[in-house]
Amino acid sequence: MTARFLPVAFAATFLAMGFTAPAHAGDVPTFEISIKDHKFNPETIEVPANTEIKLVVTNLDETAEEFESYELNREKIIAGGGGKGVFYLDALKPGSYPFFGDFNQATAKGTLIAK
Amino acid sequence: MLATLIIVFREVIEAALVLSIVAAATKGVAGRIRWLVIGVVGGLVGATLVAGFAGTIANALEGSGQEIFNASVLFIAVVMLGWHNVWMNSHGRELAAEMKAVGHDVAVGAKPLYAVAIVVGMAVLREGSEVVLFLYGIASGGVGTSGLLIGGLIGVVAGSALGFALYFGLLNLSTRRLFAVTSWLILLLAAGMAAQGANFLVQANILPSLGHAIWDTSWLLTERNIFGQLLHTLIGYTARPSGIQLVFYVATIILIGGAMKLYGGVSSKPLAKPEPASTPSLPHAAE
Repeated sequence: MTARFLPVAFAATFLAMGFTAPAHAGDVPTFEISIKDHKFNPETIEVPANTEIKLVVTNLDETAEEFESYELNREKIIAGGGGKGVFYLDALKPGSYPFFGDFNQATAKGTLIAK
Repeated sequence: MLATLIIVFREVIEAALVLSIVAAATKGVAGRIRWLVIGVVGGLVGATLVAGFAGTIANALEGSGQEIFNASVLFIAVVMLGWHNVWMNSHGRELAAEMKAVGHDVAVGAKPLYAVAIVVGMAVLREGSEVVLFLYGIASGGVGTSGLLIGGLIGVVAGSALGFALYFGLLNLSTRRLFAVTSWLILLLAAGMAAQGANFLVQANILPSLGHAIWDTSWLLTERNIFGQLLHTLIGYTARPSGIQLVFYVATIILIGGAMKLYGGVSSKPLAKPEPASTPSLPHAAE
């Protein structure tokens, strides 16, 4: 094998690493948050700890927002005009997990509380 | 205005740091500026397209389109960075010697400059699309937008300035040290990108996280902090890494590092004469 084939080898390995793992099973408790006037509704949301949950964020503003949380290790742009972002969250330890809208940090702030 | 400045600045520095590292790593190669420009322009065009189709991309693939898109962009960059590093490791020494001998840029046909263009393009594409969406949001917001847009503009300039600072800082190194330093920087950059890509696949529910937060060093340094974010971009620092992120990080270092060892064997032995400690800076260094 010459160095010529290395990019292919790298690509194949990464594809194999990335796409062979099975997806998680389906039905998990779902929680919804919406964004309106660059604010979250609700701003505080309680979810059960120690179980996988699904979070659906709907953006009712006209402009896009980036839902971001360092504590939850999540970031995703949610298109304006009713765009939805779906997040599957692994079993969380009890505690509070702040999140924010990256594009409107002054107003778009919220906390997810796992109990 | 300050908030806008900071948000844009933070997006721009990520792309600017990637650009400055690969620009420094290809010092002395004829034609590199053209490929870097192709990368930046291609990335900007791509960023505008991605921003325009953000909703469509997000809704694709059962709502995981954005994650899979981001992960793909990151993995492509990782592959190209790895390829570049392996190539440099097997040819870098000859390149440095030839540069020193001729005193100007050398044309190296086999040098994968397209890889450099792709890396830059991918970085600009990802960060740029966020900036476009953000500024578009401001522009359509109405009141007092001019101040915010000026903030955005200053953010772009400041982010670029930081990139240039890193670039010229790196160019102060002697040619041999420069190649050694940039190949380490690129290795860690690639590992960090792979870990970030893995995180997007976790978010898309394609990969298991293998543990939400293996450790938590947010008490020491968070990515919220500008310094933490710089480290996040440069070496993939994450305060709360998931298990899969660690797996991808380490695997990338082993894969690329291993390939570098494997294909760099011949020229990794020292040449007969050691180079002087510092190489006089070449005329093209300021281009």
